[in-house]
Amino acid sequence: MAEKLKSVDVVLVGFGWTAAMVGQELTDAGLSVLAIERGSWRDTATDFAVTFAQDELRYMWRRELFQEPARDTLTFRNDAGQTALPMRHLGSFLPGSGVGGAGVHWNGQTWRFLPSDFNVRSHNEQRYGPLPTDMTVQDWGITYDELEPYYDKFEYLCGIGGKAGNLRGQIQEGGNPFEGPRSREYPNPPMDMAYAPTLFGEAAKKLGLRPFPCPSANMTRAYTNPLGVTLAPCTYCGFCEKFGCGNNSKASPQTTILPVLMQKDNFELRTECEVLSVNRDHAGKQATGVTYIDTRGRTFEQPAQLVILCAYGLHNVRLLLLSGIGTPYDPKTNEGAVGKNYAYQIVSGVDVFFDDKVMNPFVGAGALGIGIDEYNGDNFDHSGQGFIGGGYIACWNTNGRPIEHHPTPEGTPKWGSKWKRAVAENYLTTASISTHGAVMSHRRNCLDLDPTYRDIHGRPLMRLTFDFTENEHRMSDYLTKRAADIARAMDPREIHAKTRAGRYSIVPYQTTHNTGGAIMGSDPKTSVVNKYLQSWDISNLFVMGAGAFPQNPGYNPTGTVGALTYWAVNAIKSQYLKNPGPLIPT
Amino acid sequence: MPSPARRLLLSSGILVTLSFGAGFARAADTSFSEIEKGRYLATAGDCTACHTTSKGAYLSGGLPIKTPFGLIYSPNITPDRDTGIGNWSKDEFYNAIHHGVRPDGKRLYPAFPYPYFTKLTRDDVDAIYAYLKTVKAVSAKTQAPELTWPLNYRIVVRGWDWMFFKPGTYKANSAKSAEWNRGAYLVEGAAHCGACHTPKNIAGAAKTDEKLHGDRLQNWFAPNLASKGRASLAQWSVDDIVEYLQTGRNRHSGATGLMSEVVEKSTSKLSRDDLRAMAVYLKDITSQPAPLSPSTPDPSVMATGKRIFETSCAACHRKDGTGVPRMFPPLAKSALVHSRNPTTIIRMILKGARTAATNAAPTHSAMPAYDWKLSDDEIAAVATYVRNSWGNAAPSISPADVASLRKDLASRNQ
Repeated sequence: MAEKLKSVDVVLVGFGWTAAMVGQELTDAGLSVLAIERGSWRDTATDFAVTFAQDELRYMWRRELFQEPARDTLTFRNDAGQTALPMRHLGSFLPGSGVGGAGVHWNGQTWRFLPSDFNVRSHNEQRYGPLPTDMTVQDWGITYDELEPYYDKFEYLCGIGGKAGNLRGQIQEGGNPFEGPRSREYPNPPMDMAYAPTLFGEAAKKLGLRPFPCPSANMTRAYTNPLGVTLAPCTYCGFCEKFGCGNNSKASPQTTILPVLMQKDNFELRTECEVLSVNRDHAGKQATGVTYIDTRGRTFEQPAQLVILCAYGLHNVRLLLLSGIGTPYDPKTNEGAVGKNYAYQIVSGVDVFFDDKVMNPFVGAGALGIGIDEYNGDNFDHSGQGFIGGGYIACWNTNGRPIEHHPTPEGTPKWGSKWKRAVAENYLTTASISTHGAVMSHRRNCLDLDPTYRDIHGRPLMRLTFDFTENEHRMSDYLTKRAADIARAMDPREIHAKTRAGRYSIVPYQTTHNTGGAIMGSDPKTSVVNKYLQSWDISNLFVMGAGAFPQNPGYNPTGTVGALTYWAVNAIKSQYLKNPGPLIPT
Repeated sequence: MPSPARRLLLSSGILVTLSFGAGFARAADTSFSEIEKGRYLATAGDCTACHTTSKGAYLSGGLPIKTPFGLIYSPNITPDRDTGIGNWSKDEFYNAIHHGVRPDGKRLYPAFPYPYFTKLTRDDVDAIYAYLKTVKAVSAKTQAPELTWPLNYRIVVRGWDWMFFKPGTYKANSAKSAEWNRGAYLVEGAAHCGACHTPKNIAGAAKTDEKLHGDRLQNWFAPNLASKGRASLAQWSVDDIVEYLQTGRNRHSGATGLMSEVVEKSTSKLSRDDLRAMAVYLKDITSQPAPLSPSTPDPSVMATGKRIFETSCAACHRKDGTGVPRMFPPLAKSALVHSRNPTTIIRMILKGARTAATNAAPTHSAMPAYDWKLSDDEIAAVATYVRNSWGNAAPSISPADVASLRKDLASRNQ
């Protein structure tokens, strides 16, 4: 029997990026806010100190900062004809656990989506005619212009370094000319560029493309954000993704919000407590709070006026399913919404080998790179291509980590003395170009509860059914060819294009950009939350995170997750608190 | 972490005194402004540092303090009649603050900083009294001290007072400005800065001719605050001092160790005018220490130190020692790095440190501990390198210095 605790105004499930932002804003509004986090407390000085933060074996290979599959994982299959099996080792993506969530171990690549990304269905249908029947892409129910002030707010919170390409409609030299209009410049200048991205940029220019420095949450100078929290300049140590930053140089909840939030009397954090379900009243129309379990196995009922799911996107979806909230999506009938439109990212790369140019790959940062955006979204004419969508192409110097980074030319054996020689010969003189492609939603790609496998608490695991479709493969092949064009223009000894062929595999790491399942939209029949991320079914329940994306554009998601969170919390503060109830009538 | 003020607190019985005969309640003749003034002065005096524990109620005492003479507990100063100071009259309270004498006539141990508080005006002490009356009364009996003979006899203090203590309200220096005098009143009185920063004689009394010239305590070195003459803080301006006391950091340094608690709980909450006054006074204290006499460090030690610095320290403090001001303190030309007593330098490398976090500067920037990673020789080398690079010049630090502090810290479990 769960012990019933004293009620709070707001309970946040999970304590990563979105919870920190929501917690900060709603405590400012005077509410009592409690965050419940399954992992442990972590802060820079004690948990990612420079004396040990750059330990590749410990953090990357022994996966110290991530979710532990032995406690909680998901099952996976490529299609409904297969039996899904549990992911027993993390592979394709790396959800976090602990305070700060995956916001601790991200790279810091912080993009805005294109204006046309928000109305992908209507935009493409208008330009190219009807989309394939099973491509279940939807408009978001929100526009870029609505979201712009909140992108801006998130970028200033994080101290993003970059160069604007479009200031209030005026195209800016040196920035991304395809981006939507920004109200002002980035808070910080772009990163100091490494050699490989510089060569990439020069080659791209030769081909008539317009390269720009990629937006980065790795600090390009000391920065004090609007909350008064200070970040230090990045040292280009090359340990961002999969690592916590020891120098306070990468924007994370710890380095941008927590120093202020944790001091507040009306905020409380309970770590090592895992929420088991969202509770509802007898009518099932209002959330009454959550039930959680602590590490001693005691369960507690935590009443709250407002419940906000802030866990990783996949976990939010699972919590909705486990709590019986909303109608689960059925791919057979294409009805229901919870679990619908799971999407991911399709990535590929081209290694570029030189004899005489030294790239010093160890001088790296998670978002140190030059990109081009000519082939993203609908920035180019897709007529006759047989696909919609696209992705950016970039040359990053993220790392030269000794265990992870050893590019070798095509035809090199995978082990032995020839492999060793090839690694030694090419380690310093190789550049890597990557493509970062969109995944359009498809009727058969979805999330539901697994009928067989359970977590340590006895709850069904999430089941992921996913494969790339023809649209993704055509698009990714197209991007890979364009990347190879630029690679050749860099005048190398040889290149090695690594296309993404065949079915999606959950084994090799690709990106931690899992989206959908709790999608936003303007129709309660085809979406889980409205444009304010408020549950259509339960008006005092909000769901943050990339689960809201109806499909996944060709950019990293964190910038848009941040913008949507500030957008939603603004609606809670300015509308919901004054008049609790559905913000959009149904 | 123990507070600097706790160093003075040698006995727990100091303020917990039962006054059996004086149990009548005074009529409330206090105004809001007087209470507010009292609250402000209690903040300036950092009462809470000694009288509140992390788990206990505000000012209800009970903080265990290890002293060379035994274990003691800070007393309850809430208005609880049985276990706090609820039965004390205004005069009795003043007598304790001004003369160091309890209502029962017994002497307070000079751990309670009455040698500083004696400078407070009667009005100010009455205001603190009025404020303490408004604090929630909490029943919390103070544990008896466990002191060694003869310190367990309060009569011993009479002799100490006779030799070292001169009661007397602060007397303004008419040759100086009103601002200077306000600063002196706070520094010498309520804020009791000398409790940590003034060297002590063998009996633990302040050496009056070396006022605020720096002293070692609890394996830290409270630096010389004099900032006129050759003193190391000479390069700090009035604005630098104000910023440091208000935010916990400035372009030169950050408050760590015992001082971070003082900034967080006390000085960051004082008015800018008062901080300015304190700074003006501090800027007028002269110290003419003999110049440091650095000998040329051993080149091999410097080479080792440089290697360690560039791999382990430069990420934050930068290769040229300029740091990231207000985040990672600059080491080039740093007063702390040039400290005559290197305790704090060695300690920070061994154990790391955390900068004060204040409303104005909420970031807890921190230095990690290196005691598990670097040997005594290596710490000595890197400290010597830092003290003799980028224009710095200070005596070398020996591996024996590091070993000795490492041992002290281990034995005190700090």
